[in-house]
Amino acid sequence: MSAPQSDRLDDRIDAAWIWDRIARAVIFIGGISAIVFVVAIFVFVAKEGLAFIFEKLDLGFFFTSPEWRPAQEPKPEFGGLALIAGTASVTGLAMLIAVPFSLGVAIYIGEFATGKVRETLKILVELLAAIPSVVWGFIGLTILNPLIIDVFDVPVGLTVLNAGIILGLMAAPIMTTIAEDALKAVPDTYREAAEAMGATRWQVIRQVVLPSASKGLVAAILLGVGRGFGETMAVLMASGHSINIPTSPFDSARALTATIAAELGDTAKGSDHYKALFSLGILLFLVTFVINLLADVLVRKGASDRS
Amino acid sequence: MVSTASRIKLSVKDLSIRYGSTVALEGASFDVRDNEIFGIIGPANSGKTSFIRAINRMDEMTPGMEVRGDIEFNGKSVTDWRNLYALRSRIGVVFPLPVGLPMSIYENVAFAAKLRGVKGKADLDEVVERCLTRAALWDEVKDRLDSLGSLLSGGQQQRLTIARALSQEPELLLLDEFSIAVDPVTTMRIEEVLKELKQEMTIVLVTNLTQQAQRLADRTAFFLEGKVVEVGDTRALFKGQTKDPRTTHYIEGRFG
Repeated sequence: MSAPQSDRLDDRIDAAWIWDRIARAVIFIGGISAIVFVVAIFVFVAKEGLAFIFEKLDLGFFFTSPEWRPAQEPKPEFGGLALIAGTASVTGLAMLIAVPFSLGVAIYIGEFATGKVRETLKILVELLAAIPSVVWGFIGLTILNPLIIDVFDVPVGLTVLNAGIILGLMAAPIMTTIAEDALKAVPDTYREAAEAMGATRWQVIRQVVLPSASKGLVAAILLGVGRGFGETMAVLMASGHSINIPTSPFDSARALTATIAAELGDTAKGSDHYKALFSLGILLFLVTFVINLLADVLVRKGASDRS
Repeated sequence: MVSTASRIKLSVKDLSIRYGSTVALEGASFDVRDNEIFGIIGPANSGKTSFIRAINRMDEMTPGMEVRGDIEFNGKSVTDWRNLYALRSRIGVVFPLPVGLPMSIYENVAFAAKLRGVKGKADLDEVVERCLTRAALWDEVKDRLDSLGSLLSGGQQQRLTIARALSQEPELLLLDEFSIAVDPVTTMRIEEVLKELKQEMTIVLVTNLTQQAQRLADRTAFFLEGKVVEVGDTRALFKGQTKDPRTTHYIEGRFG
């Protein structure tokens, strides 16, 4: 019979079928490896630090004392408060600068600038994002430091203010890019419909564009916060790196990340100091995790409130 | 009706619209009278939508769109309006595809009123109910005014868009192929609404459906390939009393 014969011919494994299988496999490996890496990093950090946290670290002391003397003999002290305060104050100041700055630039590029101006600005912003952090640290050290001493008539320029400005400038470009993407994702039909009703450009932006881009804007800000927490080199160079709970922007401070970077090379692998630094790493990891979770919850809540 | 029929709402004078080197409309001249439904029929790419966009100066946000000639609104050239937003607030526009703004149904309809400066909750409530009722949507949405406008069905969203346009209390309502995404029953309901609205405002109805123009329009213009072929009394045109044979051909469905 001819019918079964042609069925057999049609149901054959051809090149397209094989390529489909290969593509699926490659994409699967790519996707799963990202998860594997993250889990592996967490396991590694946890393995080095977790046992120390539960067995030796006095958590009450860690969160309330600014005394970070990990190399002190015979009894080292592991107080993390100054480091936490350092990271929080520098990041907070950085966000005070970066949020209005980046949202302003994003709104200008996305809603007002046209043609060549827009393209040039976008390229410039992306260029800014590519400046290595050590260069930013260098700017903090050599330009901002004497400037702050001059302008505010203070003895030291390597302070929370310095690190905050540097970190704010560092975080702003990437936040701008993400925020501008979020604005671009708002359909033009919304703008047209609102403008056709006689809304001014500002009313359109304020009442239509920003609310519907809010998800992406929150993501942009939280990405900046994450950047602030994680940034090491520039903060190390610009903050003064002194263990101290800052009470004003003109105090020096020390960040969690900078502490790890500066001290890890001097510790013996497996020593308490080494493990204490890994505990700081776990803390950073947890904070980042909580920020991301918070972002997720906010975004989801926002979405369900509207529907 | 008779006394106002001769007053002119829109006066189009030698209007040409280009996008770069592409001509969308050329040398258009005609008048739209107060309180009439003015139909515009014609196949795709005949310049209908470009004309609509030129009336409330949407060309200013369309890169490459260039308008020459003049459109007078109440006897004053639209380009002479210094406050563009005031001009636009007096002209309601309904686009071919419904655009539910990303806010609640209530906020969608209250938007224009808020722009006008209406603040009181009671006043806004009144605007929302009145406009949604007029757009034949109130009964379907009155229990979920707080839900997102863009979650409505296509036909409901288009009625929401019409309610929104009405909330501007416009003198002129521009409808650009409003029924493209709407089912026939809803289309009929909206058409009934338009017939009533004619008492209060002037309506320009761009449509791909010649039957719709026949049902609604007092006078009809036939646009073809960027030219206004002719403007005439709708009943006369559909009876075959045309100046240009192409109009009859189009109406009878021989091309387009």
